[in-house]
Amino acid sequence: MPALELNAIVKKYDQVVAVESATLSVHPGEIVGLLGPNGAGKTTTFTMVLGVLLPTSGTILIDGIDLRANRSEALSRTNFAAVYAQLPGNLTVLQNLRIFGLLYQVPNLEEKISELLQEFDLEKFRDTKVGVLSSGEQTRVGIAKALLNSPKLLLLDEPTASLDPSSAQVVRERIRAYAGSGMGGVLWTSHNMHEVAEVCDRVIFFSHGKCLLEGDPKVLPREHGVETLDELFIAVAREPLSLEK
Amino acid sequence: MNTTRIYALCLRQFYLIRDNPTRLIQIFGWVLFDLVLWGFLSRYLSGLVGGETRFTPLFLGAVLVWYFTTRVMHGVATAFFEDVWTQNFLNVFASPLSTGEYVVALVATGMTTSIISLVFMMGVAKVFFGFSVFAYGVYLLPFLLILFLTGIALGVMSVGLVLRFGPSAEWFIWPIPEMLSPIVGVFYPVAVLPLWLQFGSYLLPPTYVFENIRVIVGGGAPSITQLIFATVLAFFYIFLAYEYFKKVFVQVLRTGLIARYSSESA
Repeated sequence: MPALELNAIVKKYDQVVAVESATLSVHPGEIVGLLGPNGAGKTTTFTMVLGVLLPTSGTILIDGIDLRANRSEALSRTNFAAVYAQLPGNLTVLQNLRIFGLLYQVPNLEEKISELLQEFDLEKFRDTKVGVLSSGEQTRVGIAKALLNSPKLLLLDEPTASLDPSSAQVVRERIRAYAGSGMGGVLWTSHNMHEVAEVCDRVIFFSHGKCLLEGDPKVLPREHGVETLDELFIAVAREPLSLEK
Repeated sequence: MNTTRIYALCLRQFYLIRDNPTRLIQIFGWVLFDLVLWGFLSRYLSGLVGGETRFTPLFLGAVLVWYFTTRVMHGVATAFFEDVWTQNFLNVFASPLSTGEYVVALVATGMTTSIISLVFMMGVAKVFFGFSVFAYGVYLLPFLLILFLTGIALGVMSVGLVLRFGPSAEWFIWPIPEMLSPIVGVFYPVAVLPLWLQFGSYLLPPTYVFENIRVIVGGGAPSITQLIFATVLAFFYIFLAYEYFKKVFVQVLRTGLIARYSSESA
């Protein structure tokens, strides 16, 4: 069963179409990169999967559960980290993880928290308020929170954007290991094409609210007459019509 | 309704209050200043007319129980504002938490802080001004129930308003109790109001509390029928407030405001 299934998702704001009939899936064990220029519809799609934006039409299934019909049940199988959704700065790292662990009803919560604190090198910050951490440390706390409930679907929006190369590598390895364990699938958005090529098993290019291209990041550029994913990204941003499926 | 998720939000409020003493000011500080003001005013007025018993239960008692309503409402709203101030909506509403659980958690935290505040107010009134709200007898219970329910309705409605109009609507919702106090007759009988305003008064449950407090102070027996009516009316307002909140919530999900909520986004 796919970790995520989007069926003909449409999002319209009055006359503006933000997402036009997006259909995609993410399978357990798979990391799927959601790529595209600014305003392509990636974040709109992302927030619809998070349940904080209602699609105009179409269905979203998380681990086979319809998000609209069974919101709580579907959202209990997912989690996310995004640069624009930092955890409350007036609570400590431990307090934040405990509260979100309870919200997601994580079994053996304290044990799980200790494990994640160690894994993301956050042990020394456990009683520090999140607001005084550096942006990179806050990002690591956010990723630890996203992994609390071992979600079937993990959503990561630019998860390494504020991390130094070493921390970014740790995060990439951790996410790869998570997907590799088969516990869940990952939907990853990033503007770092080198990272996407390294981490993702499959990429989906969005442009003007539509899924334009889909395939293996290692072979997709050559299929479209360019050498790298960076070049393909630029082509999608500048000449999407020449690449339409 | 999942109690663990409700507990999670209550625990957050506990951490915030415990770890930041300035938050205690809203629970103890504001009520203390108001009680001191009205306590001494009641004492002064009693001295003027040569009696001790009537002004204190009329003014200090009224302030005390009205402040309870205010505290319930502010308690509910403050718990919600924690998510506004920390821009935490996305984290909270992308979790399995339902809107019903969210509202129950707001009410539970509002109820806890307001009860602590009430006990404190009762202590201050007794120690410094020799006044006990138990002077209202067994009617104290329905009085507090009606005011508590009204506070919840006001709190939930305020949360809906801020969600709908954005965080800057905060400046509109804090003074709501002060705006209502002249209409519900906290300090005087609603009979002194213009007829059209009296009509509005009788649509508000606290009016029946304060009218009946004056009946007790005057040596009469409160109207049970009125108190039952006020209780039912307060429940009805909670229902309306919750329906309004749900409607606004669906609206902000549709427009995507919940995901990009900031001071002027609504």
